Amino acid sequence: MTNKNSKVEFLPRSHFQELIEHLQQAGYTCVGPQVHEHAIHYAELAHADFLPQGMSEEQSPGQYRLHEAGHDRYFAWANGPQALKPLLFTPREALWQSSNNCEDNASLCFKELIPEQRPLAVIGARACDLAALYIHDKHFLQHGYRDPYYLARRKNMLLIAVNCTHPADTCFCASTGDGPRATYGYDLLLNELDDGFIIESHSEKGVAIQTQLNLQAAEASQLEQANDAVEQAAARQTRGLPAQNLSQPLLDNLHHPHWEEVAQRCLSCGNCTAVCPTCFCHSELDEPVLDGSHSVHYRQWDSCFCQKHSYIHGMTIRDTAGLRYRQWMTHKLGSWHEQFGRSGCVGCGRCITWCPVGIDITEEAKVICSGDQHD
Amino acid sequence: MTNPYLPYEATIIERIQESPNLFTLRLCFTDPKLQSDYCFEPGQFNMLYLYGVGEIPISIVSDPKDEHIIDHTIRAVGRVTNAMSNLKPGARIGIRGPYGRGWPILEAEQRDVVVVTGGLGCAPVVSVINYMSHRRERFGKLNIVQGVKHSNDFIWRDRYDHWRELPDTKVLLAADDGEPIWPWHVGRVTDLFDQLEFNKDHVIVMLCGPEGMMRVVIKHMLEQGVAAKDIWLSMERNMQCAVGHCGHCQFGAKFICKDGPVFCYEDVKSLLGQRGF
Repeated sequence: MTNKNSKVEFLPRSHFQELIEHLQQAGYTCVGPQVHEHAIHYAELAHADFLPQGMSEEQSPGQYRLHEAGHDRYFAWANGPQALKPLLFTPREALWQSSNNCEDNASLCFKELIPEQRPLAVIGARACDLAALYIHDKHFLQHGYRDPYYLARRKNMLLIAVNCTHPADTCFCASTGDGPRATYGYDLLLNELDDGFIIESHSEKGVAIQTQLNLQAAEASQLEQANDAVEQAAARQTRGLPAQNLSQPLLDNLHHPHWEEVAQRCLSCGNCTAVCPTCFCHSELDEPVLDGSHSVHYRQWDSCFCQKHSYIHGMTIRDTAGLRYRQWMTHKLGSWHEQFGRSGCVGCGRCITWCPVGIDITEEAKVICSGDQHD
Repeated sequence: MTNPYLPYEATIIERIQESPNLFTLRLCFTDPKLQSDYCFEPGQFNMLYLYGVGEIPISIVSDPKDEHIIDHTIRAVGRVTNAMSNLKPGARIGIRGPYGRGWPILEAEQRDVVVVTGGLGCAPVVSVINYMSHRRERFGKLNIVQGVKHSNDFIWRDRYDHWRELPDTKVLLAADDGEPIWPWHVGRVTDLFDQLEFNKDHVIVMLCGPEGMMRVVIKHMLEQGVAAKDIWLSMERNMQCAVGHCGHCQFGAKFICKDGPVFCYEDVKSLLGQRGF
């Protein structure tokens, strides 16, 4: 997807702030990684000084620990709990409001509440999250009905990807084919080196920003160094899924005793679905304002681990944790293929890190897909 | 671009109490242009919205050719439907729709048709039966089989009486528990199947009701030699958005709201009857 006008150039670290300033001058509000509550989060970024320079982290099932690592890099860490998801498909948003105090003889009137979205430039998007963006673009914009709320945010978003060089122990994007090299949806791409960044554009918008920067030509040795770092990041990953398409093995093992074994540990807390960059379930609810003048219709993230998720006139389809875990995994790794032409898992490993009891999707999938011990 | 989430105002023209907890709302968009532009296929549904309470998916029971009114028969069973049951003619509610895929009416033309419903599941097929009864000559032999738990649950007796008068049409009724004056069969719908008249190679079977009942009927039909591709069923799951976005109604890879609610049996058979899906 390299833009034909794109050059591969070098941005010294000392000039990184200029990139932020040019984005701001072009009308973008910058969003970038920052340390917040002992984790790396994406938030509005006013200056390069707020980037998590020198920080690295350790992740394992149920564990995330951030620490000063004594280097100068901005992006020498694997993703924190957030993906791009909350920036586009927000945890809670108003869809429309209704009122029974209307003009024109109507007794009940409706007003859509499309967000007024300022252009956002997201700095630091990783390959796994861009792969998830591909899925959400399909889900919210291309499969039948277009979602005007997602669209309002998406069309105003500029994406600056950073190829990942520091996978966590919980990462497995190489096995899902989604990383560590970014492949989808970005306007500018960065590869971080000790003293700066290789920068290239992949869209007209990206070229417009890159041409304004005071850059140096990238040397062959720098390109080689950048490439090696990404390849090593892939090679360092130890986790993986048994195969990219697990539809049939999962369907063949719907009664595997391991579903119940996982259910013994699973708290049905829904953390995995909240941090998952591809989970899209949400519920709708109506909240009348206290003065009774109108009622606001919201949507907010929901989880298939909630009892209510499968409620239907007096009964719950998935009334046990085992059935709910099975729903989540058979969808994510199985039926997702029929819906989206690919797996719903991008190998980011968040569900492993942020599970309070450390349930590991790669381990559970391996056991379940290894054979039906029920029959 | 129209916003698929946004309802429009409709007026309740008439409210009919069908049984102690079933009621029909006859609705009309307040904006005459919306009403005249509105069209749907039998088997599709609308999202109905009650101010300050919320939305629910309800199938459309009126005939698509009726341009003036949209009928919804609702069972008062949950938070929204119980509140909705208190509405009176003249009250306003919100509607958006229609959504989903309806019955295969074009494929059914020139073929025999067997419609089997159970429980209170008759609403999604009333529209298609009305459709066929108004275009009777386009279809072969028509069999309508309706089972209810108790004879009190049997509504729309006059419609069934009317359908029974149609040429080449059989109407069979069964109640698990019949009152003394119940003139029809006491027992299960499947007890009536030897009375059905259809050509197994030239039939469309349409099913609606509890999944357990539909599975029993499907098994019977397959044993009779009806092909899986000729059996269709209307399914239900939790639905909140109606446009395939919210994820609640997923049945394996299918979004019931968007890919259904009417499915060919062949497309859902792998998971039908699996607990938890």
